Amino acid sequence: MSDSPATAHGALAEAVNPHGEHPSYLRHHFQSVEQQADTTNFAMWLFLLTEVMFFGGLFAAYLIYRNWYYPAFVAGSHQLNVGWGTANTAVLIFSSFTMAMGVWCSETRRKNGLVLCLILTFILGTCFLGIKTIEYHEKWEKHHIPGMHYSLQSFLNPASDPDIAQYHDKPLPLDMARHTELYFFLYFAMTGMHALHMIIGIAILGYMIFRARAGAYTTGHVTFVENFGLYWHFVDIIWIYLFALLYLISRHQ
Amino acid sequence: MSEQAQHEEHQHHVTSPVVYIIILFSLLVGTALTVWASFIDLHAWNPVIALAIATSKAMLVVLFFMGVKYSTKLTKLAVISGIFLFLGLISMTLADYMSRAWGRW
Repeated sequence: MSDSPATAHGALAEAVNPHGEHPSYLRHHFQSVEQQADTTNFAMWLFLLTEVMFFGGLFAAYLIYRNWYYPAFVAGSHQLNVGWGTANTAVLIFSSFTMAMGVWCSETRRKNGLVLCLILTFILGTCFLGIKTIEYHEKWEKHHIPGMHYSLQSFLNPASDPDIAQYHDKPLPLDMARHTELYFFLYFAMTGMHALHMIIGIAILGYMIFRARAGAYTTGHVTFVENFGLYWHFVDIIWIYLFALLYLISRHQ
Repeated sequence: MSEQAQHEEHQHHVTSPVVYIIILFSLLVGTALTVWASFIDLHAWNPVIALAIATSKAMLVVLFFMGVKYSTKLTKLAVISGIFLFLGLISMTLADYMSRAWGRW
């Protein structure tokens, strides 16, 4: 994400230019603005690929344990609220859309539009975390957070849990019921890592809103907004898979 | 900035908001579809369909929101090789876990 204090005063960049013929945001080790943009875009993708590998490890662990302890994973996923999960997927897709529109505003030099898009993305991102908090709180109340106070009641005696009455789950044997803790461990690890990425993204969005108001990204130098957009869309993609894998396992059973 | 260098580089593509709106609705339809499909009993096909829909949604995001469709060959190559490496690692890991004689060595 190439950016510098020089572009903070981007509005002035074209008026007062100590660099002569080229824009002030062009670094001297690049031949042209296009080359600089292509290079930073490639670098951002390399970073995202390391993120793919990072989440890939979690997905691999999920796939292996799901194959081993499938009944525990089905019972665990029945505890998740599909309504909240779907709402959050929609919220995140909308935030990706507002971010994409933000990039467009930046490219077409619409300062107010950009600020509005960034604020909307910020709000939608915060909504996502709010809904996630409600879901985590449900797990806390039902003692479904792995650890000392983990409760097997919903899995050993599903009839006692009104939340899953619609699925008519059969009681799991004790050894299989204990593996639901593994499901919830992966649930918290994966959605927690995803939420951490959201928090980092929202923090950067907050910074960008201030910079955008000062006119930083609407002078032709769109790299920062564009590369942040890539990050934000990547986090959206991770959620698309998390939603399918964690929430939607065997709702039909 | 020589003339020749200019020609080799690719022009910055601006995707129209209309495209973004179409993608937004496709993604929302995909989400509705995947939730609906998950409540129907399709046996072994349930996870296959869920992942197929998730992958088509991810493709739309990568190609249009992330603009890979209009990016340089280098970026396209990086994205494709990244996906290939990820799938290779996952399939090799799963092949190992599933083909071992667990508890019999």
